[in-house]
Amino acid sequence: MNPLKQIWKHPTRRWGLLFLGPVVAAFIIGFVWPFVQGIWLSLCKFRLISDAEFIGFGNFARALEDPSFRHAFWYTALFAGVSLVLINVLAFMVAYLLTQGIKGSNLFRTVFFMPNLIGGIVLGYIWSMIFDGVLSMYSTSILMETKYGFWGLIILMLWQQIGYMMIIYIAGLQAVPEDMLEAAKIDGANRRQTLFRVIIPNVMPSITICTFLSLTNGFKLFDQNMALTAGQPFVIQPDGSSIKTTEMLALNIFNTFYSSNTASPGVGQAKAVLFFILVAGLGLIQLRFTRKREVQQ
Amino acid sequence: MRQKSFSSERRRKTVLSVVLAVICIIYVLPVLTVVINSFKQNAFVKSETFAFPNGDSWNGLQNFVKGMTFGNYPFWKSVVFSVLITVASTTLILLFTSMAAWYIARVKSMFCKVIYFLCVFSMVVPFQMVMYTLSKTADKLHLNTPWTIPVVYLGFGAGLAIFMFVGFVKSIPLEIEESAAIDGCGPVRTYFRIVLPMLKPTLISVGILEIMWIWNDYLLPYLVLNINEYRTIPIHIQYLKGSYGTVDLGATMALILLSIIPVIIFYLTCQKHIIKGVAAGAVKG
Repeated sequence: MNPLKQIWKHPTRRWGLLFLGPVVAAFIIGFVWPFVQGIWLSLCKFRLISDAEFIGFGNFARALEDPSFRHAFWYTALFAGVSLVLINVLAFMVAYLLTQGIKGSNLFRTVFFMPNLIGGIVLGYIWSMIFDGVLSMYSTSILMETKYGFWGLIILMLWQQIGYMMIIYIAGLQAVPEDMLEAAKIDGANRRQTLFRVIIPNVMPSITICTFLSLTNGFKLFDQNMALTAGQPFVIQPDGSSIKTTEMLALNIFNTFYSSNTASPGVGQAKAVLFFILVAGLGLIQLRFTRKREVQQ
Repeated sequence: MRQKSFSSERRRKTVLSVVLAVICIIYVLPVLTVVINSFKQNAFVKSETFAFPNGDSWNGLQNFVKGMTFGNYPFWKSVVFSVLITVASTTLILLFTSMAAWYIARVKSMFCKVIYFLCVFSMVVPFQMVMYTLSKTADKLHLNTPWTIPVVYLGFGAGLAIFMFVGFVKSIPLEIEESAAIDGCGPVRTYFRIVLPMLKPTLISVGILEIMWIWNDYLLPYLVLNINEYRTIPIHIQYLKGSYGTVDLGATMALILLSIIPVIIFYLTCQKHIIKGVAAGAVKG
């Protein structure tokens, strides 16, 4: 008989209401109920929640037909892909340099991480001032061309995210076994060989984490997108509707819910469900990747 | 031979140092641009963004004075609300999720497993999925004030916090709590006197992550709060720039500067904890 079960577990159970109660109540209000209701409403036609009427998958059909949503999807995917590659390559390079025992490494690390603490809205406005300062010399602005908005947001995200990923890479690099590096040196491996044959295989777990982190960050981006361009420039379609050419998925969903003249919460909720499936799907793939690696080690 | 390779190694390090120092300066430039522009008159922010303020463009502290009442909303109020919401929500999250996590890790009932699964699940759900229904629910339950919004943060932020706390509690040997129980210590006292002090490193990590999230959060408070009455700093700044009409860039930069100074001070004083906390939170993805 396990004494613990007798003495300890029994009385603790009675305190469940105290220990779990507050979190469970708040969790239901702040997550479970809104989530369930969100799924339900995506299948309904409504202006107000109280007069929701079940219509099946009509909202999803309208969401998928919406050219602005499709544009936002491809734009977001392109953005996430480009930012993923650039952030990870640069963050790894910086982390690699910072683990070489160079003087001032701590100071550099402090500076590179700093932008991470500034919120997305503020970041957006800082950079919109900077880009407009540069582009006004050519009498244009970041709101004039899609490519300015795209690369502007990439630069912003690099500035913000490199420091973050760098921290994860530094942790990974410091965990590379010293004796392996020693052995490589004795065997006459040069710097490049050591990097590609010894170091990179050893930091694969960090690479997986950072890859998925930057991918989901890219897909979920909202504040920076809204503050920097808010979707501008707009292109008017033949049918009179307009496409916001630098609008990403999260902002597109937000606008479908809340834009003053074309708000359509049912379609917005359907887009939100699709968005959730996409982001959760990426999360599951990541989980599988990390699990596999854990088994191998 | 040896001497030579030694000196080439030193030269390489010097070159790398210089390269990093240059990147470092580039990194600081955006913040520096904010600083210099917060002292310029509005018209010069756009035309001479990268020039230091001179006789013509210098506006002294006028931008800061104007910024205080800019946008028909006193800036100090948004600072107060930001601090209130961040402190109250973080405290609430740390206290209640650590309690729940301990209970979940120790009492392995079916109910606990379901809650834990839902918490992990909630971490992959983007905010857009629940933003509409959450803001309606919060309205209905009167959670739409700075004094009650911490409940919403507790609910939506519970997932990550519980996940991190459960992971840590599982690594604490059970024997300590067992011996407390044998000495006649009840669960509540065991938790507050014995478990909670041991959780300190995780409390700091989770606390840092929550502070960074809530302080900078824009969309949740924007949708939940009545923004004519209550604005946090991000809402206030978005309101200044987002509202069409004439935007005073100088005053906006002054407010942006004021809003990032406390963040930078916070960072420089708790840098070690922040970096550790961020690294711990990243592992979950």
